[in-house]
Amino acid sequence: MHKSKYLSKSIPLPTKTRLSVITRIMPKTIKLTKGLDIRLKGAAEKKIEQLAPSHFAMKPTDFTGVFPRLQVKEGDTVKAGTPVFIDKYRENLVFTSPVSGKIAEIKRGDKRVLLEIRIEADGRNERLDFGAADPGTLSREQLVEKMLVSGVWPVIRQRPYGIVANPDHTPKAVHISAFDTAPLAPDYDFIVNGQGRHFQTGLDVLAKLSNGKVNMNISSKTRAAEFTSVRNADINTFSGPHPAGNVGVQIHHIDPINKGDVVWFAGVQDVITIGKLFNEGTYDASIVAALAGSEVKKPQYYRTMRSAAISGMVEGNVNPGEQRYISGNVLTGMAIRPDNYLGFYDTMVTVIPEGNYHEFIGWALPGFGKFSFSRAFFSWLTPGKEYKLDTNLHGGERAYVMTGQFEKVLPMDIYPLQLIKAILAEDIDLMENLGIYEVEPEDFALCEFIDTSKTEIQSIVRKGLEIMRKEMS
Amino acid sequence: MKALRKYLDKIKPQFQKGGKFEKLHSTFDAFETFLFVPDKTTFRGSHIRDSIDMKRTMSIVVIALLPALLFGIWNVGHQHFLSLGEMAPFWNKVGFGLLKVLPIIIVSYATGLAIEFIFAQIRHHEVNEGFLVSGMLIPLVLPPDLPLWMVALATAFAVIIGKEVFGGTGMNILNPALTARAFLFFAYPAQMSGDKVWIADKADAFSGATPLAEATAGIESGVVHFTHSFQEMFLGLIPGSIGETSTLAILIGALILVFTGIGSLRIMLSVIAGGIFMGGILNIFGANAYMDVPFYYHLVIGGFAFGTVFMATDPVTAAQTNKGKIIYGFLIGLMAVLIRVLNPAYPEGMMLAILLMNVFAPLIDHYVVEANIKRRLKRMKPAKA
Repeated sequence: MHKSKYLSKSIPLPTKTRLSVITRIMPKTIKLTKGLDIRLKGAAEKKIEQLAPSHFAMKPTDFTGVFPRLQVKEGDTVKAGTPVFIDKYRENLVFTSPVSGKIAEIKRGDKRVLLEIRIEADGRNERLDFGAADPGTLSREQLVEKMLVSGVWPVIRQRPYGIVANPDHTPKAVHISAFDTAPLAPDYDFIVNGQGRHFQTGLDVLAKLSNGKVNMNISSKTRAAEFTSVRNADINTFSGPHPAGNVGVQIHHIDPINKGDVVWFAGVQDVITIGKLFNEGTYDASIVAALAGSEVKKPQYYRTMRSAAISGMVEGNVNPGEQRYISGNVLTGMAIRPDNYLGFYDTMVTVIPEGNYHEFIGWALPGFGKFSFSRAFFSWLTPGKEYKLDTNLHGGERAYVMTGQFEKVLPMDIYPLQLIKAILAEDIDLMENLGIYEVEPEDFALCEFIDTSKTEIQSIVRKGLEIMRKEMS
Repeated sequence: MKALRKYLDKIKPQFQKGGKFEKLHSTFDAFETFLFVPDKTTFRGSHIRDSIDMKRTMSIVVIALLPALLFGIWNVGHQHFLSLGEMAPFWNKVGFGLLKVLPIIIVSYATGLAIEFIFAQIRHHEVNEGFLVSGMLIPLVLPPDLPLWMVALATAFAVIIGKEVFGGTGMNILNPALTARAFLFFAYPAQMSGDKVWIADKADAFSGATPLAEATAGIESGVVHFTHSFQEMFLGLIPGSIGETSTLAILIGALILVFTGIGSLRIMLSVIAGGIFMGGILNIFGANAYMDVPFYYHLVIGGFAFGTVFMATDPVTAAQTNKGKIIYGFLIGLMAVLIRVLNPAYPEGMMLAILLMNVFAPLIDHYVVEANIKRRLKRMKPAKA
């Protein structure tokens, strides 16, 4: 009797009951237990310094699978939003300048591969006006068009393959990870402060693009109201060690990617960039990036811009000696030089010591200060210690001998070693069956970190994804 | 150390391509990386790496073997003097044991490493550390009186046929140390079985039968008569292979392996569960005297404990998936007891059970992985409809 009453649409639930239903469903936390938090020295202090970077470089290599065709030549003047290159095979994918200034140099590598388009800022920061608009009043086509011409579109990426989203697709869902669990990662609760309006506008746009759900994936420690009280999105809560913040892991637990599915994802600051385009009408490439790592004198946050030189952050702020500069985090980032540039999608720079030294019978020492996921060194006596890790490989490459290790740091229903071997054998059917569409190299970063055999697992996964992408296109 | 490093850097070019000793490149590399962790750094992917490497992993296993080895050395002496009916001081027993055991270890390592170095050079590989463990495992599963040439022959067989023909460390199907033991068992049964071989330089009048043999004899005589108490068997005060007698010493090793995260507790527990399960069933039927031996005796006699901790857990030849490991381990325990009791021609069922399951491990993994694939396909169907 009661059942039929509540099921019937014409009789609404009493308000009290409805609320309790909602609160019971909403705060479901997905608890992940597998993984590893690597505690490193040099976390960024929560203060932001304003930078006005003068040198920029757009790197087509930041965009997996894009074949660049230049739209400018050396000496041209550009504004923020002026097309710099497009994708040869998807000509509506436009990559625009983040800043106003002059094209200083076009740098090519072997076989004339386009490496960098260097831009010198003129300091005026002029932006092309694409027209502010309320996303609610625009059609999906108009939204897409505005994002494409302004060069904001590439902030949206798709899975599988981790490439720039195809505007002709309609994704099954959109996922935003609002927290980063990687070592020394920036705190998005802090970064989003004051950007709530733009963030919400960005979400509204994404909701309209997907026809499906926008998933706002937060941590159980997320407190920022900008995240917890968003509209137009489902909130999913996660807890657990790294890689709980990886969007791929989150997708796997909310709504996994099957063969043929397309899922879009974007970072917090990517959503803000989208929001600013609609609220202000311009491509505003400014972001907040963290500078962290044991070799940084004053690790902190900086307001800088996409593709900007990191020199403003690191000059005079890094200990002397041979250091590794990384655009991104220590597990997945790109090694760069101190006069190089921030990657398009990167929101942090890490500086750690180089490890190019010989260590006398290092493998046989007790190892009180040696970080290890295993308990093969006596560092297990000091579980709370923060470490200063360098780039030494700590051993030579070997065949895969150990088993059952990767499973402990990959919180997915995927057999990591078997998938890696399928990729090495280039067995396309097996890769597909073992779930290659669900993973990205970053999801295997911890496997690579703990690998006793010292293999390059992320490169292997990237290779597997490239094989699949060629096979499917 | 700086002087040593300088010297190595000075002579290094001679061992590299085009150098005078190019042919010894792998050998040089092995010694260099033994002395110094290489200065190689990451350049893409994860910029930081765990401190663990294969050398560390393998040396932890060797450390875990030490209690069994040290006890074994003492016990070889202890059993010898016991058979003579002499009371000998502790150090005499150790001294006698060392004289017996050390040559076997040296021969095992020398033979095996020589072959490993040659293969590494032929394949232009770095020398793999796997044999550091195999070279210790082989002596520990052999009787103390075995002629040294047999040790060398068995080691060579295990390394070449058991491992290198499959592609070297990480590619082999059978556990190399057990391959060596099985080779000896089938090629030289007289030196590997019976009551004479388990005590070094035994007095002829002394029985010298292992508990395993006594249990097997019970099938004929109708009653199992153990010379030793359960406690003695657990402590290892019994004749047997050098390292396998003391369940206690092996348990210490097991603790080290499990605590460091290098040995698989999953496999160890499931082997024990399998052994208890089969032992229990046989107890229920109790058709002969061996079947009536309480199931827990199986855990402390013969090579059951040693095989459980150090052989079944070999990651290369065991099942590789977590679920597979449970099935694999359980079947080892089950088969070991089954072979022991129902096929008395092969009293050491543990060795055969592990080798058998080594062969079946890939099949077990196949079905576990297949289940994962089916799950993934099933998930897709509702999306299609």
